[in-house]
Formats: sequence, C-alpha cells, structure tokens
Amino acid sequence: MVDLTPWIIATPLVGFVVLLAGGRWLRGPAAGYFGSATVGVSFLLAAIASTDFLEGGSDAHPATVKLFEWIPSLGVDATLLWDPLSAVMTLVITGVGTLIHIYSIGYMHGDERFGRFFTYLNLFIVSMLLLVLGANFGVLFVGWELVGLSSYLLISFWFEKPTAAAAGKKAFVVNRIGDLGFLIALMLIFAEFGSLAFGAVFDAAPAVLEHGGARVTAITLLLLVGAAGKSAQIPLYVWLPDAMEGPTPVSALIHAATMVTAGVYMVARAGVLFELAPFSAGTVAVVGAATALYAATLAIGQRDIKRVLAYSTISQLGYMFLAVGVGAYVAGIFHLVTHSFFKALLFLGAGSVIHALDGEQDMARMGGLRRAMPLTFVTMAVAWLAISGVPPLSGFWSKDEILAVTFEKGGLFVALWVVGIVTAALTAFYMSRLMFITFWGESRWPSGAKPHESPRLMTLPLVALGGLAVVGGVLNTPMFPALEHFLEPAFELVEQAHLPGAGVQWALAIVSVVAALMGIGYAARRYRGHDLPAEEGGIWTRLEHGYYVDDLYGKVLVGPGKAAARTAAFVFDARIVDGAVNGVAALVRAAGQRLRLLQTGRVRNYGAGILAGAVGLVILVLIRGGGLCWGPRVSLFSRCSC
Amino acid sequence: MVVTAGWYMTLAAALFAIGAVGLLLRRNALIMFMSIELMLNAANLTFVAAGRHLGVLEGQLSVLFVMVVAAAEVTVGLAIIVAVFRKRATASVDELAGLRG
Repeated sequence: MVDLTPWIIATPLVGFVVLLAGGRWLRGPAAGYFGSATVGVSFLLAAIASTDFLEGGSDAHPATVKLFEWIPSLGVDATLLWDPLSAVMTLVITGVGTLIHIYSIGYMHGDERFGRFFTYLNLFIVSMLLLVLGANFGVLFVGWELVGLSSYLLISFWFEKPTAAAAGKKAFVVNRIGDLGFLIALMLIFAEFGSLAFGAVFDAAPAVLEHGGARVTAITLLLLVGAAGKSAQIPLYVWLPDAMEGPTPVSALIHAATMVTAGVYMVARAGVLFELAPFSAGTVAVVGAATALYAATLAIGQRDIKRVLAYSTISQLGYMFLAVGVGAYVAGIFHLVTHSFFKALLFLGAGSVIHALDGEQDMARMGGLRRAMPLTFVTMAVAWLAISGVPPLSGFWSKDEILAVTFEKGGLFVALWVVGIVTAALTAFYMSRLMFITFWGESRWPSGAKPHESPRLMTLPLVALGGLAVVGGVLNTPMFPALEHFLEPAFELVEQAHLPGAGVQWALAIVSVVAALMGIGYAARRYRGHDLPAEEGGIWTRLEHGYYVDDLYGKVLVGPGKAAARTAAFVFDARIVDGAVNGVAALVRAAGQRLRLLQTGRVRNYGAGILAGAVGLVILVLIRGGGLCWGPRVSLFSRCSC
Repeated sequence: MVVTAGWYMTLAAALFAIGAVGLLLRRNALIMFMSIELMLNAANLTFVAAGRHLGVLEGQLSVLFVMVVAAAEVTVGLAIIVAVFRKRATASVDELAGLRG
C-alpha cells in the first residue's frame, strides 16, 4: 500500500492544475464539484493506506517513497514519509478538506471568481499534504512556504476590499518572521547533522547533541519561532484575527482546522530534538499556556462572530502547544484532530449564519436564530458543547488529556494546569456568549433580512462534522487509547508524558467539567435574557481591540520599519544612489559644454593647431636630440649610430 | 660654390613656411589646397636631399609614397570642394563652419 502515498498528493494536484488551466471555462458549480472530488479521492486513498497501521505497535513500519533526487548535497531528496503521524494529519486534512470543499460549493455560489477559489483551495490541500508527508525538513519547508502562499491568496481572495488585501499581507509578513527562525533552525540542523532527513537527524540526535546543550536549545527555540508564526502563538498571533477577512470556508479549513496546526505537527515531529532541550520544551509549554489564556480573554470581548472564533482558535492552539511542550505528543495530536472537527464546524456554522444574514458578522445584530436555522443551530450547539469540554463530546477527552498530563508532570507545570483550567472556564464562557447572543433572545437582524436555513450542500458538511465532533473522543479515551496505540511507531524515539492514575484523572476531570459548567452557567445568566448587557467602554473596548497589541506593534515595529524603508527609498536611493549616477552624467555634460568651444568649425583654426603641434614636435626633437644626426647610417629611419 | 644639402634644406623650409602661411591666411579652399601641396613638396625636397646626402634610397622611396598620398588626397579634396561650391556657391572656408560645436 506504500505506493499510494504519492497519489494522495497527486490527486488534488491534478485538480489544482486542471482548475488552474480550465477553471475559467468550467461553468457553474462544476469547478467546485471537481475540486471536491479530487480531495475526496485523496481522502479515500489515505484511508486505504492508513489501514497498514491499524495493527499498531512496532509491526507497522513507516514507509518512505523517494520521488526523485533533489538536492543531494543537503541530504534532501523529494521523499515522502508515510507513518502513523503523517497518516493522521493526512486524514484530517483531506477529510475535513473534502467537507469544507463541498460546503464551499454552496457558500461561494454566485461568486464571480468561483473557479479560482477552488483552484486556491486545491493548491492549499496539496501544499499542506506536502508539509505533513515530507520525509525531511526540506520538503516540509517547501510545504510550509506553500501553505503560507495559499493562505495569503485565500485571505485576500476578495482583494477589492482594502481590509482583506491588508489582512493577507499582514498574514504573509508575520508568517515570514516565523519562517526566518525556522530557516535558521534548518541551517543549524544541517550544520550539526550534515543532513535534513528526519530519519538521519532523529536517529543521530542523542549522540550528536548534548542533552540540554546550547546548540540543541538554540535549534529548538528557532523551530519554536517558526511554529509560533504558523500556529499563531504569542507573540506572532496577530495575523490570525485579521485573517478572518477571507471567505468563511477558508477560515474553517486553513485558519482553524489544518494550516495553523502545522506548528504543532512540526514540534511533534521534531519531538526528539525538543526532548534533548528541556528548556525549549518548557518554553513551548509556557508559550502555549500563556497563549491559551490570553486569547481566551480576548475572545470574550469580540463582537464579530468570526473574530470570537479566531481568538478561540489561537487559544485552542495554545492547548496543543502546551501538550507537545510537556511531551504529551499524542494528546496534542488528539486535540488537533478533535479541534479540527468542532472548530471547522463552528466556522462553517458561523458561515451559515453570515450567509443567512447577507454578510452580517456583528453578533449584536443576530439573536433568535434558533428557530430560523434549526440545523445550523443544532450542529453548532454540538460544537459549542464539545469545545467547552462537556463530556462525552470530543473536546472533553482531548482537552482533559492535555490537562491531566500537564498536572502529572508536577512542579511548575501545576501552574500551567491551573492556567489551563482557567482557560477552560473562559472557553466555555465565551463560546456560550456567542451561542446565546446569536441563537437565543430576540431577533436584532438588520432590517429586511430574512434568515433561512442554508442549502443542503452547506448543511451536509455541518451534520457530518457534528457527528465527528460528538464521537471524535472515542479515538483516544483513557479506557481505550486507540490513537496512542496507532501513533506509537511515530513516537518510539521519544519518551511520552504519562497520564496520572485513575483516581487523579477522575478528580481532574471533575474539576475541568465544573469549570466548564461554571462558564456556561454564568454566560447563560448574563446573555439569555431579552436585553443584552451593554458591553462598551473600559475593559470591553480594550478587549475588542485586542489590548491594542496591533497598535503597539505598529508603533514599535511597523512604524520604524516603514521609516527605514522610506529613508532607503527616498533618501538613500533618491539622493545618494541616484545622485552618484546623475552626478557622473552632469560632470560629463559640464565638461562637454566647456570642450565644445574648441570646435569652432573653422578649418584654419584646426590648421593652426596642427601646425603648432608640428612646430612643437620639431622643437622637442631639437631640444632632446631625438636621435637625429647627419652621420652615416643604414637607413633614413633607423636610429643614429653616432 | 658648392650646393650642399643645407641649401636644399633651407629652400624646403622656405617653401614649407610659405605653404603654412598660405594655408592659415587664405580663405579660398583651392588656394589652401595649393598651399598644402606646397608644404608636401617641401617635405619631399627634404627627403630627397637627406637621402642623397646620406647615400640611402629611402629618401626617394618616401617621396613616391608622399606623391601617391597627395594625389589621392587632392582627388577627394577637389571633389568635396566642387560639391560644396555647387551647393553653397562659395569656396570660402570661413563660410563652411557647419561643424562648429
């Protein structure tokens, strides 16, 4: 079944190429169906190929497929790796990707660039698959950059809107900052190991790098910079809320379910290195926990339904970073999977609401949508309870596993557990706030709006994701850790963090469920009434503006950057570089202006010049002798012998 | 009285000076041409005299070269003067300052 791996990428790639070349001529929704079909086939192939690992344990060997020789001197070939970790990622990407493709056919219906949208979506799927299937850091980096590109293209898909164009640029630039760190990390890895292949690097790592040494710490911290950029962690998270300018399916697929999890995947993949650098691993955990709490507080203060979900995504990604930081790689990947279900569902549900209200995104103008859109309401309610951590929905299992493992680490990690629990309560609160404001209470719709349930193409993926959000937890319950078993071969080189004993697990679970219910309960009391509390001024303004971090970055980083660019463009280039070039030209021109006076055009002047020259020469010869004499010699023109 | 090479040199210098002065002072292009011929022949006379004096052949040889070049130069020069005269109805070089910078 190994041979299927290239085809998993090839199918959406064919879709991309065909849509790129012929999307213009595919009339109506054909482009959407075609794009969805290619991704769906890719999912089926991945599912078939994944059966290899169902036996689990170390019997299932990871397989590599070498496509062609790429950069031999870097130890980098175009090689794909099919192991349980990439299998899980591939299934999530293609599975959720297929559903969102189908949803987009309905959501983007009537858009003038319908075909191009699916071209970009397919490009994204190809890039993301390349990222997770690469068997070395080189291929991973190519995928990494390509998802950045497709993210940029899709965020600014409606580029006529200046805010969308700006958001795309912002995402791209902030991602570049992370990519720079990642790239330097890759150079250091190559310098240490002489190769970028996963196998070579991870096998040799314990021998080559000193445990806790400065070099491995530097490498892993730089990897963290890259991961923080892609996965929107502090301090590089600022692009994600703005990325909501893109079409909602894009927010669901790229900025919730898949691309932003690339950082988590990368840290999990490089787990061997992070294990050698406890300081970096701890930093990952702290960054994750801090981001989780920080973004959760911001999610409370948003009025735009998509921005709530954006900050929620950042917060949940923080949980995943916390997991991989404490060495709970399976828990991190588990949460990645369940999160992709319920967060994609939340975004698609929000998209359904926005679609029904003709593009209205302000929650203050929604309300009472429960009866108008029953299917959207039910599926979103499932996702709401799942992300809030209500058992037995999927989010409860994955979030609790992370928190339990963190608690078991002991020491300072208990503090991170507390942060996690507080975040869980805040998560339940802001999600309930979103739900109650949007679906309960009186309608505050914009005048003329007639909300209606979305077409079946859009509700079908909602139902499918809703089902997954409910049952996703069975993948890896403490009673039956199927995912852990499945992923075992991928993490056999690292020591996994452990769950605490059953009693402690129960206690922790009760604490987190109580926290979640408190959050939901308080939100219900506050927002279920007919009148919404006025959330303006003071802390609310600060929350809505994201603590003014964008303004701070603008003042501290963007401002000086722009000033430097202005200086380079309008002072250095315009005055000094252009000045040197123009100066030479002016010099030549001035010299020419003086010298042209010599050219009188009068033959006699020239003649006089020639004569003067000739006389001068004769005088010179007479003074210096010049070898002229009247003595005998061989030839008239030979030198005098006397 | 023996006519030595010095006499020839003196004559050549005189001819050359007359030619040079003529070239610089006259305006008529034809006269200027004749002045140039005068200077060329002064040079020829020097060559022949020096060759004779030193007992070598190159003096006379050089004269042949100079004469060939002078003939070619006159051909081209006269053609130009005739062409200019037809166009401008003048042979005064002072009028022909079109190349002034």
